Amino acid sequence: MEHDAREDTVRVEFTLNGKVVVVYAQPSDRLLDTLRYGLELPGTKEGCGEGECGACTVLLDGMPANSCLVPTYQVRGRTVETVESLSSEDVAPLMRTGATQCGACTPGVVMTATWIRRHPEVLEAHSVRALMAGNLCRCTGYDGIVEGVEALVVRESDG
Amino acid sequence: MLGGNESVERREGISKLLGRELYIDDEPMGGCLWGATVRSPSPRGLIREVRFGPEVNWEEFVVVDHRDIPGENHVWLIESDQPVLAADSVRHVHEPVVLLAHRSREMVHKAVRSVEVIVDPSPPILDFRIPPGADGIQHGTDNVFSHIVINKGDVEAALAEAPVVVEGTYETGAQEHVYLENQGMVAWIDGDVVVVKGSLQCPFYVHAALTHGLGREEDKVRVIQAPTGGGFGGKEEYPSMLALHAALLALEAGAPVKMIYDRSEDMAVTTKRHPAWIRHRTGVDPDGRLLAQEVEVVFDGGAYVTLSPVVLSRGLIHAGGPYSCDNVRIDGRAVLTNSVPFGAFRGFGAPQTIFAVERQMDKIADELGIDPVELRRMNLIREGQSTATGQIIRDGADRLEVLDRALELSAYREKQKEHARFNAANEDRRRGIGLSTYFHGAGFTGGGEVHLSSVAKVEARPDGRIVVLTSNIEMGQGTLTIFTQIVSGLLGLEPDDVLIADADTFRVPNSGPTVASRTVMVVGRLIERACADLVAKLGDSDLRGPDLKQAIVDWHRKHPRGVLDGVARYEPPPGISWDEDSYRGDAYGAFAWAACVAEVEVDLRTLATRVLDVVAVQEVGKVLNELLASGQIQGGVVQAIGWALMEECVWSDGVMVNNQLTNYMIPTSDDVPPVRVEFLEAPYAHGAGGAKGIGELPLDGPAPALAAAIGVATGTHPRAIPVTPERLMELYDGA
Repeated sequence: MEHDAREDTVRVEFTLNGKVVVVYAQPSDRLLDTLRYGLELPGTKEGCGEGECGACTVLLDGMPANSCLVPTYQVRGRTVETVESLSSEDVAPLMRTGATQCGACTPGVVMTATWIRRHPEVLEAHSVRALMAGNLCRCTGYDGIVEGVEALVVRESDG
Repeated sequence: MLGGNESVERREGISKLLGRELYIDDEPMGGCLWGATVRSPSPRGLIREVRFGPEVNWEEFVVVDHRDIPGENHVWLIESDQPVLAADSVRHVHEPVVLLAHRSREMVHKAVRSVEVIVDPSPPILDFRIPPGADGIQHGTDNVFSHIVINKGDVEAALAEAPVVVEGTYETGAQEHVYLENQGMVAWIDGDVVVVKGSLQCPFYVHAALTHGLGREEDKVRVIQAPTGGGFGGKEEYPSMLALHAALLALEAGAPVKMIYDRSEDMAVTTKRHPAWIRHRTGVDPDGRLLAQEVEVVFDGGAYVTLSPVVLSRGLIHAGGPYSCDNVRIDGRAVLTNSVPFGAFRGFGAPQTIFAVERQMDKIADELGIDPVELRRMNLIREGQSTATGQIIRDGADRLEVLDRALELSAYREKQKEHARFNAANEDRRRGIGLSTYFHGAGFTGGGEVHLSSVAKVEARPDGRIVVLTSNIEMGQGTLTIFTQIVSGLLGLEPDDVLIADADTFRVPNSGPTVASRTVMVVGRLIERACADLVAKLGDSDLRGPDLKQAIVDWHRKHPRGVLDGVARYEPPPGISWDEDSYRGDAYGAFAWAACVAEVEVDLRTLATRVLDVVAVQEVGKVLNELLASGQIQGGVVQAIGWALMEECVWSDGVMVNNQLTNYMIPTSDDVPPVRVEFLEAPYAHGAGGAKGIGELPLDGPAPALAAAIGVATGTHPRAIPVTPERLMELYDGA
């Protein structure tokens, strides 16, 4: 995926959802906007634009990151995963516990949940409630989310 | 095949979990312009001049001001006082004055800063608790938007004779909705039709606002709801303003215009929960029986009327609490200030007045030296007794059982003993438990539903599937799922055999706004009746399941291009009567009843409160879908915890200045315990499947229960929320 080069941009090549992409980004471009408007992947949402709400969470080299705070040029050579990389099977337990209501925080919730699923060892030192505290949700009261993440992890450990 | 009681899975759930739901800012809009708003810098005054800075090439921009409004320059609602764009004067900071549009989102937001609105200032009214002087009058003769009095019995006489009179004053702060999706709207022109699509709760409110403001015929305006990322009332009236702005720019530009607020603009300029000041004088006998309730209520309405009269109305009807008292006088006003207008927020005035009456009950218990639980048990409405408006309650719900179940589930008595031991053993930490009992009337108040005269429709397609047509929208609360469940359960169809039409004013009838906990109870019931109407047209009212599908397919074979539908229009339940002039009668078709118990721990070094446990027990008629219903209660309780403990709007010149999620704190997952929910069921004959409204109820009870628990833990009597550590420190140091 090659984007128009402009004079004041830098070439940024990175791995997005398993595929190599190239974008030309201005220094101030946010990864969130590059994903949403440049690469037409609107699954990642903007909630606050200042790293508080977590709606824009993506996995950057496997770690959750607020894409509204990541300048696009900084992902050069790195790996970015968005909600678009997941399948229905990946999120099924979250569906059954009522983890989504309005859905605006959900992509961010799902990406943090995906990270916890891949690293269940973090639960030895931290609770799901503590780990999900970077993803604000105004609808569920969090019980549906916490139960859903726990169900994801259990399913993973059951193989 | 589904039975009537089987829960359907959230229909759009997987789409939301995979980020595939297209909210308004997600839709590809080729060739669209970005719109932005130039706003008043001043809370009150006359606009002297609007200066366009020389650093911008304005020819590149679409510019709109009040002179470009083809219709009436006001946002259609209860009164015609709020301009779409300020003409000569402004009444609040951030009042919209000029609109700009440009191809570049960055350029248009930069250009906003190059337009200067110069205002000759007048002294603003910023404290709603203080009556205005003559130079402060801006509405009528006294700045009062609405004044309502509820009278029952003879309060003066009862207070004069009461052995004990308890007085208390209570205050609640504004609350920001923080729907995770900010407000957003797109407008474009399709032939001679102005089309607006966006994040909204009430398609026909927006439609009416556009026909008035643009001076267009009803069929020349089309409103389409986009998937809506939370509303909570915040997308009840404000989208009308935003839709008018987007439409004005689109008309001027002759191109699609997209307006998406960022978080700071959204928090600063849109509505919030009304701040309230409430005074109680209660006459009681020494055992605690209520003899007289005198309640005075003042709501801060902000700069324009918007929905304040109806928010006040609901607040006052709930101000006496779920208690029986023969002598009640509730006197309330919503008044003007030069603040950004306050508006609809889940609970709609009731959380404020219930906070006050519940805190007052605790104060009465304290002054009489009786148990707050027993005080409530003694006074809770029994079958055949009446509310403040004289509405006789005979609904088969057991309000005492609701209370007892909450005590049992929370282990209230055991916890009290446990806390005494804990508090004696700990130097720096104190635990406490508190409770509240409350109620919430569902649907529009009084004659409101009759006036709305909602219509719902179902259509049977040639392939045998059923389409549900209403103007009630999904914003997270589960409309798509519950409407599917109602139809599939009633007609014996699979969920996939039921389709929910987009809330598009060109397609759906007006079934009213998506507010007031009315979607399932009122509109769901209309859908049931519309289904019955449809099936009856096939000549056999007992048709269900595959037989019904086959009959539909056969009908369409016989009637090519025919329309097979069922329609229902609202009819009030029998025996309901309401007198708007005297404020007497049946304020709501049904009340839901609830009790909340909250347990807290306060750190005496920081006076920070940690919520240890919350139990919410409610009687809501029939629960149609337990997962959705529990989600509504849990989410509402956590929103109420935020309002009670941490969500504080900081004001300057009538505008919220902590308009960021960095400094306006809402609860995270780590701030709240699991919310334990239990339902009791007394089916309501006139709600879909026996359901009563549920959406707003959970906002009403947690705040007073938490304040009570903090009071018990710290030996204080919090009478104002949010009970932040700072506010608690003042109480604790003074205790």
